[in-house]
Amino acid sequence: MITESIGGWGVVIGILAGAVRGGTPFLLVSLGECLTEKSGKINLGLEGVLLIGAMSAYAVSYQTGSPWVGVAAAGIAGAILGAIHAFLVSRPKVNDIAAGIAMLIFGSGCAFFLGKPYIQPSAPQLPAIALGGWSSIPQVEAALKISPLFFFGVAAAFLLQAFFRSTRWGMQVRAVGDSPAAAQALGISVPRTRFAAIVTGSALGGMGGAHLSLFYPGAWTEAISSGQGLMAVALVIFARWNPVKCLWASLLFGGAQAVGPSLQAVGISTGYYLWNASPYILTLGVMILTCSPKRTLIGAPGALGSSS
Amino acid sequence: MLIPPPAERPLQPLPLELVKLTKRFGAFVANDQISLKVPPGTFHALLGENGAGKSTLVKCIMGYHQADEGDLVIDGHSREIRSPYDAYQFGIGMVYQHFTLVPAMTVAENLVLSRPNTPGIIRWKEEREHLREFMKTAPFQVDLDTPAGQLAAGQKQKVEILKQLYLNSRFLILDEPTSVLTPAEADEVLGLIRDKVKAGHLSVLLITHKFREVFAFCDEITVLRRGKFAGAGKVADLRADDMAAMMMGGQREARVVRKLPRERGPAALELKGLCANQDNGLPAVNQVNLTIHEGEVVGIAGVSGNGQRELVEVLAGQRPATGGTVQVHGQAYSATRAEAFQHKVFLLPEEPLRNACVPGMTVAENIAFRSFDRPPIGRAGCFVSRPAIRKFAQELITRFSVKTRSTETPIGDLSGGNVQRAVLARELGPGTAQVLITANPCFGLDFAAVESIHSQITEARNRGVAVLLVSEDLDELLALADRLLVISHGELVYETTPAQAEINTIGHHMAGH
Ligand SMILES: Nc1ncnc2c1ncn2[C@@H]1O[C@H](COP(=O)(O)OP(=O)(O)OP(=O)(O)O)[C@@H](O)[C@H]1O
Ligand SMILES: [Mg+2]
Repeated sequence: MITESIGGWGVVIGILAGAVRGGTPFLLVSLGECLTEKSGKINLGLEGVLLIGAMSAYAVSYQTGSPWVGVAAAGIAGAILGAIHAFLVSRPKVNDIAAGIAMLIFGSGCAFFLGKPYIQPSAPQLPAIALGGWSSIPQVEAALKISPLFFFGVAAAFLLQAFFRSTRWGMQVRAVGDSPAAAQALGISVPRTRFAAIVTGSALGGMGGAHLSLFYPGAWTEAISSGQGLMAVALVIFARWNPVKCLWASLLFGGAQAVGPSLQAVGISTGYYLWNASPYILTLGVMILTCSPKRTLIGAPGALGSSS
Repeated sequence: MLIPPPAERPLQPLPLELVKLTKRFGAFVANDQISLKVPPGTFHALLGENGAGKSTLVKCIMGYHQADEGDLVIDGHSREIRSPYDAYQFGIGMVYQHFTLVPAMTVAENLVLSRPNTPGIIRWKEEREHLREFMKTAPFQVDLDTPAGQLAAGQKQKVEILKQLYLNSRFLILDEPTSVLTPAEADEVLGLIRDKVKAGHLSVLLITHKFREVFAFCDEITVLRRGKFAGAGKVADLRADDMAAMMMGGQREARVVRKLPRERGPAALELKGLCANQDNGLPAVNQVNLTIHEGEVVGIAGVSGNGQRELVEVLAGQRPATGGTVQVHGQAYSATRAEAFQHKVFLLPEEPLRNACVPGMTVAENIAFRSFDRPPIGRAGCFVSRPAIRKFAQELITRFSVKTRSTETPIGDLSGGNVQRAVLARELGPGTAQVLITANPCFGLDFAAVESIHSQITEARNRGVAVLLVSEDLDELLALADRLLVISHGELVYETTPAQAEINTIGHHMAGH
């Protein structure tokens, strides 16, 4: 078997391929969360957004026959859910964590309810972009079949970075997230900016869902997201609210997810379930390592989580 | 409407008039039918006690608040300004009483963001070029790449003023711009603005508590008292007493507590080789050795940004020391709540809304921060009695004349000066302090309040309290301190007594030579 012939490399290739494949939804959701948090609000509802995105993408792709329309539908569905969250948190005294949890339950509930009829049928999938033609090793070839949404995500990460640094709107989002009073004094509308940031962020999250149902694992099931929307919150902290670092962090989380399956593929199945828990362990580790009473996190938006 | 970029805007002052402007917060009338006229090319002062409604009035001009009644007449037309953005379009700019820089952004980013016509996509190379050009003509220099949050109060204020010069405003509102500047800096800044007014480039509305500035720079004044119009006139026709009378409504007697001669008591607060870092990890406080004895006020003078903020933060327990020791009454002190209580160490930091208050909590709760967990407010070790908090707070509010609508108002809604008084009430109210650490305690207070705080500090000293007074106001230091030290680049470089002090020598050391 070829797996044996490349031996330990099989595991490495498996993990790298998994990092890209499994990291893509992390990437899109964390970019969405990054944008949202930069405006000073947290959206825990992105887990629900991810599910509703996955469901709508699958359903629309099945109905129309075009996976691209499915991706667009996922973005729109995410944006609608985001708009509800944005409206809720713009009300006085609404806590964004509580609203986010409500939206998480609401979003996943909607997805399960509306998605029931689509569990069986198979919808057209997103075409993979094959970059591995040069290699004769099947694992390498398979690993280099990459989701178009991954490239979209990479581009989005760099664009978002540039957006925060060198566009007026990006700086306005940062101002609103860091000091709403200062933003108001500059004539920036705090509620409107937050609304735009949350809705756009949720649209990105919805597209992350499209990757799940239309590329990998490539079917609509209710267990499809397994908490990735929530882990994205930790990931954004880990990435210090920096979009490009979100990219690296997403690859790390995606890779962690692939450790168990890759080991199993070369016949090591001891601790399979333990390895499968590695993204969650990584999340906990990140939270513990980044929490220090001595300093505030560099890059953390100043108004994040405050009621103003 | 197409707005020319600020640099090309015709430099003409803007005539502005308020007609019977009324602003209410709920049932409370903050501004009651106030009329005010600023002819083009004049320097107008707006005076009044803390809480008189000055900031509220100018925030209505800026569109930060919406007036409930009345008219805003700009250039002969009644206009509506819905947001500060509209105000910028008319060329009206304001330096707010509380800083409005975005802390996480660099000075350069703050400046560029403040421009109403910033392009959607910012070409940083060009912008930086532009900013460098601008800084060449600027009256003072600030590092463009420092995040605003790391600047000391005085430097932030300079950036706020630079921002308005950068925006080329035609009508400039300054809400107590000089409270954190040294007198020399204040004169420099106001002098520069005065020149622009004289040259017919802009009109200015200045809110200040300092009569000295009114006489030196202003043409006319308007006075508010408790939200109502209380008088107006030309500076040339008025004396300081007249203005004070308008502000307070009738005559009042100055009450000045004198320093009693005292033997120097035992050491109360000792710093040995104290070091601390800035937020960015660079050293800010370097080997500070200092002993303060009971019944002594030790003043620390210095240009803001020379380590004063970090020094006070270490003593407040907000920042870890990187070296050296702090001792109170001969015992190691690390500013925990228990130690602060045991040694009766009290604190009045600068920017009290940020450093000593929770803005969203009520005045009563904020006043009870030192005592909520102890009888009579704390019950049985875990319960807090709200009536007791209210009663405790009400008494202090009356004693320190904090102007607040009720004990249940969020402290963030109080006027700047009254936040300061509320914190002072908390720290000095119980009268048990043995060590008092204070930084710029009179930032933004009206003259009556300054007098009262100075008296409180002197009284505390006469009672035997050891006081560390960090201030950028040399007059204040000379009036209150028994010993005066100068801090420069985080080191204490000079010591003198007010009696022997020479302003020039002090200035020399402050400048770091
Ligand atoms: N957002 C608000 N909500 C409720 N009340 C407010 C608000 N802002 C100000 N006030 C009240 O209006 C009154 C006037 O406040 P203002 O800040 O205008 O005073 P000021 O004259 O600027 O005083 P200072 O010299 O202390 O700055 C105060 O009693 C204050 O408590
Ligand atoms: Mg004010």
